[in-house]
Amino acid sequence: MKKLNFSTVMLWAGMFFLYAPMFILVIYSFNESKLVTVWAGFSTKWYGELFRDQQILDAVWTSLQVAFYASTMAVILGTMAAFVMTRFARGWGKLTLSNMITAPLVMPEVITGLSLLLLFVHMADFFGWPAERGMLTVWIAHSTFCAAYVAVVVSSRLREIDRSVEEAAQDLGATPFKTFFAITVPMISPALVAGWLLSFSLSLDDLVIASFASGPGATTLPMVVFSSVRMGVSPKINALATLIILIVSLIAFISWYFARRADIKQRSSSA
Amino acid sequence: MKKPLKFRLPKGQCWTIGVPYFWLLMFFALPFAIVLKISFSTPIISIPPYEPLFQYAEESLQIMLNLGNYLLILDDSLYYNAYLSSLKMATISTIGCLLIGYPMAYAIARAPKRNQTMLILLVMLPSWTSFLIRVYAWMGILSNNGVINNLLMWTGIISEPLQILNTNTAVYIGIIYSYLPFMILPLYANLSQLDGSLLEAAADLGSRSLNTFWKVTLPLSKGGVIAGSMLVFIPVVGEFVIPELLGGPDSLMIGKILWQEFFNNRDWPVASALAIVMLGLLIIPITLFHRYQAKEMEKTA
Repeated sequence: MKKLNFSTVMLWAGMFFLYAPMFILVIYSFNESKLVTVWAGFSTKWYGELFRDQQILDAVWTSLQVAFYASTMAVILGTMAAFVMTRFARGWGKLTLSNMITAPLVMPEVITGLSLLLLFVHMADFFGWPAERGMLTVWIAHSTFCAAYVAVVVSSRLREIDRSVEEAAQDLGATPFKTFFAITVPMISPALVAGWLLSFSLSLDDLVIASFASGPGATTLPMVVFSSVRMGVSPKINALATLIILIVSLIAFISWYFARRADIKQRSSSA
Repeated sequence: MKKPLKFRLPKGQCWTIGVPYFWLLMFFALPFAIVLKISFSTPIISIPPYEPLFQYAEESLQIMLNLGNYLLILDDSLYYNAYLSSLKMATISTIGCLLIGYPMAYAIARAPKRNQTMLILLVMLPSWTSFLIRVYAWMGILSNNGVINNLLMWTGIISEPLQILNTNTAVYIGIIYSYLPFMILPLYANLSQLDGSLLEAAADLGSRSLNTFWKVTLPLSKGGVIAGSMLVFIPVVGEFVIPELLGGPDSLMIGKILWQEFFNNRDWPVASALAIVMLGLLIIPITLFHRYQAKEMEKTA
């Protein structure tokens, strides 16, 4: 019984809804005209303008640095928390930890941002650190909320893996520390990579928390985009958006390809 | 040989619990305590722009709790309306996401197994590209000389451009568009675990497909519906970017007001009080979400 049913129609309509705006954005990034919505012929001049904009280039570099450090820290924190959530005995401490780590998943961003900024102001008052808000404070803020996502991804993987291998290693005399790095980490490495990539893109994307946590020295890319978009639509931003969409799709395609290859390999070896 | 291992275990455990615990207490729990504290203080013009709560003078500790900020929120219809319209926006957008997202998640869960990962990836892909840029894309589409108005005028349906951008309609479109993947993901996770034999049994007993859906599929996917709805509802209440870029002066949402109080008026105590009240309103949905999540973890454990 292969007929077009309601949910399949909705699926493709929904996909159209999700992708059409992005396609339109990509097309208009090649528009010659300065007026974004009036088509005046094909041109790549806005890409040239984009690469001559020093403010945007600086912001890209700041964002990439923050995202790199924040996602690394988030993977460390999130993995530790996931380990506590899945492997340790139930208790009061475990419960508060798992509640705290998943709270940033749903917390409205303005609240998280506001509370972190007030914390940094207080810390500066009490011990003179951080003297100025900047990349370091954005890093702390991003590490905290990205750790929540890592904890969820890693803990679901930790529940799936076969614990007998770990137990065997410990029976053979490996310390818990060594067991973790030699046995557990390789087994959960896809989740670690996924968590890292997710954190990286979340950090690159965040506007609200970064606006609260950063100071005059550190302007991230979303902050630059936001302040220029507030003034109205600009063809330079279209070009930037197109590049971002292109890079993300490429990364997604590569990770999908590798995941599929690993899947096929696993299936053929187990068959 | 066994002894040092036994000793090392608790020490390692200490660190594994201790590091994330300390980090979260420091950068998650403590900040909320500070927001709560500042919400009770009086705004002044200095740096930082509020008066200290505790004063120690002449051997007496004075604690001044200023309830003025909360009274102001209750009193001023601006704040009151902003909370109401945020809750309304969040409710309508959640229902919208559910109406579009449920059939999509259902279709993906029923698709052949090898296509499912691909389809879910396609749904998630837009949310990996910048959130800001996707909202920005709608600015170009909805504006007076944007794609939709051009198309409608070209086909002759309308003769004058429709004002869509800077209205609440634009905010709804933007919110549903941005949060749709967050609705689909938990729904798919739930629906793909649905036991197909239950549906077959219902069909064998003579149930029509729509009846089966209402009586079997929907009740079984209740967990996914709750998780997805909360995942949309909670952040939308505090949304700032979408009403700021797509909405007009009349789309007052509490996230936008909080931002203005904090950055433009530099009234930190009122901004803190606004955040505390918002959190109070969200306690029930947040608890619902946590309960669902804990249940899911129990199930897979």
